[in-house]
Amino acid sequence: MAVHSILSDVTRIALFATCLADTLFPDVPRATVTVLERLGHRVVFPAGQTCCGQMHVNTGYQREALPLIRRYVDTFEPYELIVAPSGSCVGSIAHQHAMVARRQGEEQLALRAEAVAARTYELSRLLVDVLGVEDVGAHYPHRVTYHPTCHSLRLLAVGDRPVRLLRRVSGIDLVPLPDAEVCCGFGGTFAVKNADTSTAMLADKMRNVLATGAEVCTAGDSSCLMHIGGGLSRLRTGVKTVHLAEILAATAGAPTAGTAAAVG
Amino acid sequence: MSTFLGLPARRGLRGTSPEPALRGLRGSRPEPVHAPRGVGHLRGSEDFPAAARRALSDTQLRRNLGKATATIRAKRAAVVGELPDWEELRSAGQAIKAETMANLGGYLEQLEAAVTARGGTVHWARDAIEANNIVTRLVQAAGATEVVKVKSLATDEIGLNDALAAAGITASETDLAELIVQLGHDRPSHILVPAIHRNRAEIRDIFVAEMGDADPALTDDPVALAEAARRHLRRKFLSATVGISGANFAVAETGTLCVVESEGNGRMCVTLPRTLITVMGIEKVIPRWADLAVFLQLLPRSSTGERMNPYTSMWTGVTPGDGPQSVHLVLLDNGRTAALADPVGRAALHCIRCSACLNVCPVYERTGGHAYGSVYPGPIGAVLSPQLTGVEDNASLPYASSLCGACYQACPVKIDIPTLLVHLRARHIELQRGARRVPSAEAITMAAASWVMADPGRFAGAQAASRSGRLLGRRGTISALPPPLAAWTRARDAPVPPAQTFRQWWHSQHRDDAEPGPSSQADRDAQ
Repeated sequence: MAVHSILSDVTRIALFATCLADTLFPDVPRATVTVLERLGHRVVFPAGQTCCGQMHVNTGYQREALPLIRRYVDTFEPYELIVAPSGSCVGSIAHQHAMVARRQGEEQLALRAEAVAARTYELSRLLVDVLGVEDVGAHYPHRVTYHPTCHSLRLLAVGDRPVRLLRRVSGIDLVPLPDAEVCCGFGGTFAVKNADTSTAMLADKMRNVLATGAEVCTAGDSSCLMHIGGGLSRLRTGVKTVHLAEILAATAGAPTAGTAAAVG
Repeated sequence: MSTFLGLPARRGLRGTSPEPALRGLRGSRPEPVHAPRGVGHLRGSEDFPAAARRALSDTQLRRNLGKATATIRAKRAAVVGELPDWEELRSAGQAIKAETMANLGGYLEQLEAAVTARGGTVHWARDAIEANNIVTRLVQAAGATEVVKVKSLATDEIGLNDALAAAGITASETDLAELIVQLGHDRPSHILVPAIHRNRAEIRDIFVAEMGDADPALTDDPVALAEAARRHLRRKFLSATVGISGANFAVAETGTLCVVESEGNGRMCVTLPRTLITVMGIEKVIPRWADLAVFLQLLPRSSTGERMNPYTSMWTGVTPGDGPQSVHLVLLDNGRTAALADPVGRAALHCIRCSACLNVCPVYERTGGHAYGSVYPGPIGAVLSPQLTGVEDNASLPYASSLCGACYQACPVKIDIPTLLVHLRARHIELQRGARRVPSAEAITMAAASWVMADPGRFAGAQAASRSGRLLGRRGTISALPPPLAAWTRARDAPVPPAQTFRQWWHSQHRDDAEPGPSSQADRDAQ
């Protein structure tokens, strides 16, 4: 990777926490910090950050998304390497920011957005492609199944990188999820606008998760996990959702909070 | 002067179009027209969420769809996987379609000239009403009161059977699934498998009640059902003097029309009758004969999961003494030039109607095709129907997707359906902005969220306010939220906001962490 060369002199990684995880799932960006610091990197949290604007774009409000895109670009432009623990937010940054800016006639912003997007990585891609690690020194003695989220899978093509990272976690019992690549039914405002269809999709996802006998369902997106976990919790299945970053952050001395607390 | 199609308004070419109204299309219409209301099947009677809600509770539908789409997905994956150049084929298909749309007017004129030179007659129909009138008049001119039809989405789109019936002409569908749908006074629910929502017991009952010549002792054995249909249809094939078809492709270079099918009913319809009328959406034209080599590989593998379909019929004008001696081609616009006028949206016109996107769509698999309210269901319908009718008439369809992207991955001509859906959502919101005096609750919420999120201080304030949600839940979850989020908590718990946001935690840990940044902006942000 071209980015690899900059690591020799710049080890600083800017964290985009994402608005959802910052507000509702703070353990996820905290775990991201833990993993990266354990690997010897410096993490900074640019305080100007808010939201990537995906909800606005995907609901049709591109005009309202524009200030958020501008904020993302302004905030992260000074950084050489940016990470977010979300395939969906990074997918939006990579595939929508420049497109929306162009549609609003902001060519200059579009060019800047493209440059920043090229330096913005989903966590598993950063770890495997840029930092070149698969064993992050984690310990997680639980039966786990992995759900590949649609945007990490299809927009970012992360492939089996998350699975490669999980396989190197000591103590883990990683079991494959049937029909793993089928959408869980979240889809942002789709979950509310088409709640019935979303729930029907969720039911099938939960059925497959439960069939694995796993204690934990993991994924690279807090949003999809909020949806799957919300269903698993409602039905009192006893199965929890835990973000990939939290599993990678867990060690024998510091098990992740997500396995102890009830699912959010 | 040229029209929006890029067609030069040349007087000589109009000679083939006797209808005065059609001259408008070739002349100087300033605005592309959408498919008219009140005719055809592009609009549902209710919006997608309401129709989907009903469909989701139909257990037979859920089971049929789950089984059928899983089977066809596996077949498609197997035959696509055995082609080493599948991705190159997709790219070639996409490139040919893009080139065609960039010069659609030119290729249509070339097609018209080639068909005419070979003894065929070309008619231009601006919309469903004109197309129905043209076909009705042609059938009447042939002196027929019965016609046989090849399965055709275009004729279904314009409601041709209804129009013919109003003129006293009986149109018989000859594709087995279309026959089931027609006899059942039903609507197709899948592009390729129109009766996917029916099981064999239902089909048996429909045949016995509606076919007229079915044995009352008919069983629901598939072989017996197929035999009953075969006997019923054979009488139709041998007596009909007019056949009506759609077209999968029309080659501009040669004037050749092409129908791809599996049952042989199409071959009967395009060879036995004296008169053959083809109704074709204008986007079906392809430039060159050689382009068929690309599409005839892409289509069957994507569609039925076969290496090659059983019957591919091609005809070029009239062949004296062989086959139909009166050959007509009706070129249908019905909103297509309106789609063409949108540089992003026009990619929906690249569709070759394989239905691969339906079979991989997790929404379609659960709701079925009727919920989309249009002859074009599934992901491609969600981007095509609103463009043909105008977004305002199918406003719920662009939202009928979780944007999972499975459709884009499966599309043989690489239509980026998720991007088109997002684009049409934006067009819908832009239309609403222009049309509404008072913004919707959603628009107000989105504007407020944008204002909050545009500033980190305001965002932190909103985060603090959200912690009042801690009062709603215990032990980490909330089981009931107020509207509009009540739609979330009907089936899912919601997380209780944590005591501390990440931002607060970070600042509690890094208060004195003066971060040396490459620019002053970064320094400020990192504080």
